[in-house]
Parts: sequence; structure tokens; C-alpha cells
Amino acid sequence: MRNVSPVLMVVAVLLALWYLAVPVMNIKETVTQLERGGAQVVPASAQERRGAGHFGLVAKNTFAIPATFVQDRPRLPAPHQVGAELWDGVVGKKITSKRSLVYHGSITLSATLLGFAIGAGLGILLAVGIVHSRVMDKSVMPWAIVSQTIPIIALAPMIVVVLYSAGLQGLFPKAVISAYLSFFPVVVGMVKGLRSPDAAQLDLLKTYNASTAQGFWKLRLPASMPYLFASLKIAIAAAMVGAIVGELPVQGGGLGNRMLTGSYYGQTIQIWSALFAAAILAASLVALISVIQRGTLKRMGLS
Amino acid sequence: MAAPDLPVISASGLDLTFQTGDGPVHALKDVALDIHKGDFVSFIGPSGCGKTTFLRCIAGLEQPTGGTLSVNDMTPDAARCARAYGYVFQAAGLYPWRTIARNITLPLEIMGYAKAEQSARVERVLELVELAGFGAKYPWQLSGGMQQRASIARALAFDADILLMDEPFGALDEIVRDHLNEQLLALWARTQKTICFVTHSIPEAVYLSTKIVVMSPRPGRISDVIESTLPKTRPLDIRDSPEFIEIAHRVRDGLRAGHADDA
Repeated sequence: MRNVSPVLMVVAVLLALWYLAVPVMNIKETVTQLERGGAQVVPASAQERRGAGHFGLVAKNTFAIPATFVQDRPRLPAPHQVGAELWDGVVGKKITSKRSLVYHGSITLSATLLGFAIGAGLGILLAVGIVHSRVMDKSVMPWAIVSQTIPIIALAPMIVVVLYSAGLQGLFPKAVISAYLSFFPVVVGMVKGLRSPDAAQLDLLKTYNASTAQGFWKLRLPASMPYLFASLKIAIAAAMVGAIVGELPVQGGGLGNRMLTGSYYGQTIQIWSALFAAAILAASLVALISVIQRGTLKRMGLS
Repeated sequence: MAAPDLPVISASGLDLTFQTGDGPVHALKDVALDIHKGDFVSFIGPSGCGKTTFLRCIAGLEQPTGGTLSVNDMTPDAARCARAYGYVFQAAGLYPWRTIARNITLPLEIMGYAKAEQSARVERVLELVELAGFGAKYPWQLSGGMQQRASIARALAFDADILLMDEPFGALDEIVRDHLNEQLLALWARTQKTICFVTHSIPEAVYLSTKIVVMSPRPGRISDVIESTLPKTRPLDIRDSPEFIEIAHRVRDGLRAGHADDA
């Protein structure tokens, strides 16, 4: 309970700010709509309203405030509208429906998980190489850093096109984009973890005349576990971003696709609900890794 | 097996110069010393006198730049590969993810001992350092003194005749240190090992050793070697005897002399 109440507090403050922002953001369209319906609004002419400030309009048309929360295509949907759409999208639709968030979420999830698996595996392998080979240390690390300076939004369509010409489409190109984003934190964290044993611990193994492989399995790898899990948490969230970005240029469904179609048709509520679905999914994945982390470190006697 | 009169560790004209960013550092200069089987040799001196460096040379962890050094009639590197010694560091350095027993099995796993043999040896060395019954505990559940005893047990687990100890009790308080010194002497008497022991403490060096090597810095060299006249069995209160105080005096004089030509 002690851990939950600060979180609830922050959520409550954010919700309050959000609700306060809704009338201000939506007042112009709402007033225009009400005027067309025959209501008396201030100022009466559309031309005058165009130049008027949002706050002033809200102050002069307080009667219009309730209507700002129930717009069909609001500039800023109210939290309950997003909540309702989210609920409807998750439980109100058949999961095979193209309007089901479960359907789209599962497409994004599969790309995320495949990309994460590829990225984490690649990251661990690269880290092992970097720690054991001077050549790899000098050559791989700079490129790994450079790779992350290229905006993924520019790179994603190219990856999709290149893989398409190689006959690969659907899940795999999205997973590649997702892996591209997720391998990096794993490399950095794992290199740090594998190098975490101090000089005395390495000397101790040397006094036993231990092989490099024994040093890896018995000292470096176990010592790196806390670092690995910390970077896996970052990596899975990055993998999700990668999967969503990968869905933008292709027409195969997914939460990224849902956001893009929402923006084509001005369906702000749809965009926001897809956004929240993605955030909730990412948070659950990070939480899942936390649980695995706690279990593993506890079994290792490290927590 | 070396005959009693042949030295187990023998150094002559040993030199070691480290190349650092600030120019060469002369860590060891013309060090000559013979250590015989069953000796308990302490190395004492101020920081930078090369006592740890000399120990690391014996262990094959540093390469001398001149002179000769043999361990069990081999080069230190060959002796290291033959697992001729156990090394105890200043920090216990137990793996936090292994229990005490599994920490002690670490060298045995690496050296390929059979499973049954491993657990028999763990039992035996835990007994030796008076930690029987603590095998299933994790390091963080033990006090600093017990952790250091566990690390000594780890160094005793395999059959090395030489025990190299680098300020093993340096981080412990005086009361625990006294107790561990007493235990170490008992253990030495029981196992007949040859022990090289680096320390900062004059009473510790005098109490434990059959031979005290006084070293001085810049360049690191031996300034005095004192053969102890104390009997083999030493209760803690031997430290109040005139003989003990006389040896301690000589050690102090040796240390002061080393500092005098420094000034």
C-alpha cells in the first residue's frame, strides 16, 4: 500500500490536469457546433471567434464546457472517452475484428517478442565478443553507438523495402527493426556486467590456472546477471517502439497501424486508445521481466 | 618432494621495474631470499616497499624483469599452472551468488575433482577453519572474520603445500585479528604448509612467523631478515614476554632504518 499511494497520487494529478485541458483545447469546435445547433454563443460571429483566445472562449461560454467532454472528434479526448474506447477495443470486440485492440496488440506483441529475442541474443553475443576480443572491442562498439544515432523512423522504411525485395515480409521486417533498437542496451549493459568482476577476482582464477571459458561461466556470466536484467527491461520497451515504428509503413495491422489510420481519419480517440494500449502492453512486459529478475536473483542468492 | 634443507621458494637478484605513465617504478631491487618447507615467513614494511609485489611474483601474477625465482624447483608460472599454492587476498572475494560450501568447491570444480571428493574436502577444510555447519550460508550472512576464514578454507581445499597470504586480516578489527592469528598458527601446525604472509602489523608478524622479512621502499628491497627465536607453540600472552618484545624492537629498527635513508 505504501508503494501504491504515491503512484495513485501522480495518476490523480495527471488526470486532473488532463481534464482541465480538455475544455480549453476543444472549446472552439464545440462552440461552433453548438451555434449551428441554434445556441447563443459569445462572441456570435465566427470571424470574431477565430481571433479569440481559448481561455477567453471558455470563460465566456461556460455553458459549453460539458459538451467539450463528449465530442466525436475532439482535439484532445477526455480521459473517460479514451478509457471507454480502450475498454470497447479490448473486451467489446471479437478478437478477430479489425477494430479489436487485442487483435492489433497481438500483432505488435509478436513482432516485439521476436525482435526482442533476436536483439537480446545478438546483444549478449556481441558483448561476449567485445569482452574477450580486443579487436571486437575496438571495432564493434563504435558502430553499435553510431547505429543508434540514425533516426529509426528514417531507417524503418528502408529495412522494410530491402527485406521485401529479399522476399521477406510480414512479421520478420518488423522484428528486425525492433531488434535494431533493442540490441544496443543489452550490449552496453552486458559488457559492463561481464567486466564487473574486479582485478582480485580475476587474479584468483588465474591462481587456479582457470581457462577463459571457466572464467566466463563461473565468474563473468553470474556477475553480469543484475546488469543483464536492467538492460533487458530497457531493451523490451525499445523493442516495442521498434515494432510500432515498423508497423507504420506497412498495412498489416498492429497498434502502430491503428495510430496511423486514426490520424488519417482524424479519429483522435482511436489514436489515444492505441497509444495507451501500447503503453500498458510495454509496462506489462517490463513488469514481467522484473518478476523473472527477482526470481532469478533470489535463486542466485543475490537479493 | 623437496628435502628439508632445499628451499621451496628461492629468489636471487630479483628485480622488477614497472613501466608507468610517470616513468619506470622500481618495485623490487636485488631481492634474495630462501624459504624452506614448513616456514612461516612474514613480509613487513611500509606501503610501496614491494612486499605484495614480491608475493605476486611468487604466485606468477607478476613477471620479474631480472634475477631468478623458483617455486618448487619450477618457474613461478609453471608452479602456478601446477597449482602449487593457494592465494588469500586482502578482500575475501567470495562469490555472492554461491554458498560458502560452493565457494570452496570453486577451485575444485576448476581443477576437475570428482563430486564426492569435492564435498569431502569441503567438509574437511570447513572444519579446519572452524566453520563447520556454515556451508549452506551465503557470504553476506557471515561476519567479515568468518568470510576471511572461508576464503582461507577455499585456498586450503586443494593440495597446495604453499599458502600465500596478502594482508588477509588487514581489514579486520584487532580482537578478531588476534583470534584469527591464533587459529592460523594452529592450522599451520596441523597442515605443515609453507606460509608467506604479508602484513602491516609488527605484533602480527612477530607472533606468527619463524622468519620475518623487513622491507623498505623506493626501490623495494629487503633491509633485514630476522629468524624468530620464539618456540613453535605460542599462546597469545607470549606477546608480553621479553623475547617477543626484543624481536619486535629489531623489526621496528629495521623499518626505521629503511625510512632513514629515504629522508
